[in-house]
Amino acid sequence: MRQTNTDSPRDHLMSDPKMLFSRRQMGGLFTGLAGASLLPTSAFAQSKYLDIRRGSNFQPVPIAVTNFAGDQGPALSGIITNNFARSVFLQPLEPRSFPEQISNPDAPPRADAWRMINAQFVVTGRVARAPDGRMQTQFRLWDVSTGQQVSGQQYVTDPNNARRVAHIVSDAIFSRITGEKGFFDSRVVFIDESGPKERRAKRLAIMDQDGANVRYLSGGEDLVVTPRFSPSSQDVAYMSFGKGDPRVFILNIETGQREVVGNFPGMTFSPRFSPDGQKIIMSLSQGSSSNLFTMDLRSRATTRLTDTAGIDTSPSYSPDGAQVVFESDRGGTQQIYVMGAGGGGAKRISYSDGARYSTPVWSPKGDFIAFTRQKGGSFGVGVMKPDGSGERIITEGYHNEGPTWAPNGLYVMFFRDPGGGGGPKIFMADVFGRGEFPVPTQSFGSDPAWGPLLS
Amino acid sequence: MTFMISARSLKLVAVLAAGLAMGACSKNPNEDGSNSGFGSGLGAGAATPGSQQDFVVNVGDRIFFESDSTELTSTAQATLDKQARWLQQYGQYSITVEGHADERGTREYNFALGARRAEAAKSYLAARGIPASRLRTISYGKERPVAVCNDISCWSQNRRAVTVLGGANS
Repeated sequence: MRQTNTDSPRDHLMSDPKMLFSRRQMGGLFTGLAGASLLPTSAFAQSKYLDIRRGSNFQPVPIAVTNFAGDQGPALSGIITNNFARSVFLQPLEPRSFPEQISNPDAPPRADAWRMINAQFVVTGRVARAPDGRMQTQFRLWDVSTGQQVSGQQYVTDPNNARRVAHIVSDAIFSRITGEKGFFDSRVVFIDESGPKERRAKRLAIMDQDGANVRYLSGGEDLVVTPRFSPSSQDVAYMSFGKGDPRVFILNIETGQREVVGNFPGMTFSPRFSPDGQKIIMSLSQGSSSNLFTMDLRSRATTRLTDTAGIDTSPSYSPDGAQVVFESDRGGTQQIYVMGAGGGGAKRISYSDGARYSTPVWSPKGDFIAFTRQKGGSFGVGVMKPDGSGERIITEGYHNEGPTWAPNGLYVMFFRDPGGGGGPKIFMADVFGRGEFPVPTQSFGSDPAWGPLLS
Repeated sequence: MTFMISARSLKLVAVLAAGLAMGACSKNPNEDGSNSGFGSGLGAGAATPGSQQDFVVNVGDRIFFESDSTELTSTAQATLDKQARWLQQYGQYSITVEGHADERGTREYNFALGARRAEAAKSYLAARGIPASRLRTISYGKERPVAVCNDISCWSQNRRAVTVLGGANS
């Protein structure tokens, strides 16, 4: 895959093994459109059109995603529209309200007509088959208020990657309007659950962030839980039961290669990668206590970070790797603590009356820590600042657990269990709690872990 | 405060659990490693002394805990005393103590909590003379409930430590 005509060329798309193109394969095969043809030309283009940092009191940006030209065009537009519908910040307009059919995606839409339905942006595009059989996708983003194009790119790829192209286009548009990183071109590892609750079978699985392209990574023979994505590779760390003590494993999702993490004298659980992908931080249970350890994946050296008689678990690094947030019952009940990445000097940050806090996860932007909160018999998911202030509960109910951050830090996924004989399902919500959407999975789903942006 | 469970209801629970384990065992006795190790021919009173059924039905293979607690209640201690006597008499079994938690906790904490419960039971058995070499523990957290519903009647059965008999000691 390759794109041209961007204001910020991103050749590293090819570093994703899923795309299966080497740079050499690309060479000479692709010529592309003339550079200028998709370039924004407006002198009035703003750097962004919605300031997310101002908080929850925003108006979603109305955007019209027209059918892209070409046989595959409408399907692509459908994926993009569905993405925006779950983005909360963008509001895709109903196609039936569109004032015109786009016959030429390269020409400016009739701004006055689109203004009538209050569209702020119009997306046009086309999907064509290149002579070599590959898929060529172009999009243009038009600002209705000025009638000018403010973004436009072309991507060439194998036709099997059509969904990914739709996600990449979605990200480009989302970023252009909000000034934030996108999140649509990303995947989620999770646990697929089936069978009665007393003998539930759990399989490691991976899907696109919108629930498409599910692939199973384990067969359900061994009980597996809490997968976590490496931020820098195709590796997933998780806890697996088998013979002997349950342990933390790392699985390469491309090669299927699996290895146990360290040789610890007891159950290891609750793994998470360091931001550079070089270390695993996890809990080790010994006797009646659980403490935090790291293992360097290259040197295999292990380091003890905490030494308590209590339960320390669910560690998560700050994005700069300098600090660790975790939960501990050292003060009597589960609460959230922050300490330096080398251990020591843990400081409690959660203080709500009568509440227990667990599963803290540091946002990739660094601005928030997401958590599970138990209070008054209900389980909620919320966020707080790293100093413990600014707590905001995003969802609350019988049982919500285990938030994971979108790569841009603007959304969380978590699972919700109705209890009884039913099973959990995965949901996504924005960080302000303005919108919540189910992430469709075939069976029950739990323990989602959002991976990095692929492009 | 101690949550009282009568001997009769304990026995019922034990038989029920054994029945469930039987179902799980029909294909492969060690399918998931949990609650396994029961033979066939269940029935209170009919159990051969020294058999696994004898242990489950006549001694009681499990103890229960208060919410978020790892303290051994007096009922639990009485059960463990009986277990220790039986296990000393029948020294051919290796012993795995499984720790479990109810669903009203987060997954990772519950693994640690289950480990603590298993450890509490194991320490008690060891203090009653069961050699440490025969004892191991495993935690299933909230992954393997025996009772499924949305209230305390189920949660209280799931907060447990189960003493599972394994093959002959080598």
